[in-house]
Amino acid sequence: MAIIDVSDLRRTFRSRSGLRRTEKVVEAVRGISFQVERGELFGLLGPNGAGKTTTIKMLITLLLPTGGRIEVLGHDVVASPREVRRRVGYVFGGDRGLYERLSGLDNLRYFAELYAVPAREQRARIGELLDLVGLTGREKERVEGYSRGMRQRLHIARGLLHRPEVLFLDEPSIGIDPVGARELRQTVKALIEQGTTVLLTTHYMFEADELCDRIAVLAGGRIVAEGTPEQLKQKVSVGNVVEVEVFGLPDGAGDRVRALPGVRSLVIDERGPAQVLLVHAEPGSEVTQPVLGALAGARVGRVATRQPTLEDAYVELVGAA
Amino acid sequence: MTYVRVIGLAWWLQLKMRSRSAFDGLLGVLYPLFFSTVVFMMFRHGDASGAALLSAAVGASVMGVWSSTSTTASAALQQERRQGTLELLVAAPTPLPVVILPITLSMATIGAYSLVVTLVWGRFAFGVDLAIQRPVQFVLAATVTVVSIGVLGFLLAVSSVRYRTAWALGTALEMPVWLISGFLVPLDLLPAWIRPISWLLAPTWGIDAIRAAAEGRDALPALAACLGLAAVYGVVGSLLAVRLVDAARRHATLALT
Repeated sequence: MAIIDVSDLRRTFRSRSGLRRTEKVVEAVRGISFQVERGELFGLLGPNGAGKTTTIKMLITLLLPTGGRIEVLGHDVVASPREVRRRVGYVFGGDRGLYERLSGLDNLRYFAELYAVPAREQRARIGELLDLVGLTGREKERVEGYSRGMRQRLHIARGLLHRPEVLFLDEPSIGIDPVGARELRQTVKALIEQGTTVLLTTHYMFEADELCDRIAVLAGGRIVAEGTPEQLKQKVSVGNVVEVEVFGLPDGAGDRVRALPGVRSLVIDERGPAQVLLVHAEPGSEVTQPVLGALAGARVGRVATRQPTLEDAYVELVGAA
Repeated sequence: MTYVRVIGLAWWLQLKMRSRSAFDGLLGVLYPLFFSTVVFMMFRHGDASGAALLSAAVGASVMGVWSSTSTTASAALQQERRQGTLELLVAAPTPLPVVILPITLSMATIGAYSLVVTLVWGRFAFGVDLAIQRPVQFVLAATVTVVSIGVLGFLLAVSSVRYRTAWALGTALEMPVWLISGFLVPLDLLPAWIRPISWLLAPTWGIDAIRAAAEGRDALPALAACLGLAAVYGVVGSLLAVRLVDAARRHATLALT
């Protein structure tokens, strides 16, 4: 049985502004369906505004859906929100969501009470989590003096206080340094090994590729692809990717590359003074030389050919949506 | 029992947070002194003395409790929304009323400081004779009044869960309640149609009980009315909070964006 069962989920936001109180309607989530099994790490990927956070907020009972149905651990999130809240945890990225003038320890004590962690277990549980997130020894300092990484680790400890069966991580690694992000990924892997089900949203493709068992790609409020990271890579492009660094792309060069036989798609990525052309080839096609020919006259830097990554798949899926 | 622990801990942590702002702390110390100085000077200018001056001292002291609670109770939830903790409080399994009540009670507790400091300031700076006739009832009445004002603050605060601009409600009601509850002006001087509104306000009965205890009258009837109204506010606020949380989930107003 699925731990998270989402069926035809919809959410519309309505707001009024201006003297005439003109109504603005935004369809943030447009009929998505997916299931997450126990112990699975499921990723929701998508650009800003794709509906990821809105979906998570409906799953954890902070928003009511305008259509469809969600069951988490067998409970309907609309009919039985408290049952859901008792058994899920929520961690989001960024600086907010903590009491700055309190110590890390006081923040954890407060949420331990709110999640009804038995009084006799609180001290041991908080100590265990401080060890897990590497904040032991800093817990009595006020949060306002914490670095962003420390705050994020405190968030994770807070989300785990009541041993949730399902943990929702909404861009948890945003703004933290590479070492902190790696530690975070190790913590998430450890949670999965202990049997926790995790639903993760992230902008970092390598993070999703490394962690997720399955991924749904959201764009414009709809799921445009779903599967394992490998399936997504296969689904989009089974040909190689040619990366060409160009300093000053001539007018019309992009169109010439797109028109080449064997070129499935082209993405141009601005990187400072250079443009990087990501050319997705058809299976079995060799396009390096024709692409360089189409760029005749341009100053070409690095040229590389590689297997498609999850990021390539993502860019193509979202671009086509 | 768990809810009692939540209320106790949250009350203590809120006090801790508010005591850590030097600016807020300074204002908290100075405001009651300004309030009471103005009141004492007005009454002395009008040749008030004895029981009238004591009554003014009690009025000024409760004014401080109400001002401290009303202006900050609604704003407190907006502050929670701004710092991203309101969503976390709603996402927790503890019912939201149990979470909000200690926030406003902590503000009323800070207001209780102004009650004490106003009386002490009146005694030493203006020579007010603090001859309290029934000291036990006086302390009881003061305590119940502080708690009832905290619960009234809770009733105001719950609207902020749904409406982002409801923080202004407390500020808008601060001064009208000074007048309508008879903190400084006897209710008999107000138009008759205002009196039923006064009777619905717990501070009206609270200050009546404190004055009765100070003057040697029986404070218990007014005290019972004050306590009863506080209980009604608590029940209405709790029911309202449940509905407003649902409305906030429907209209997506728990977060700033």
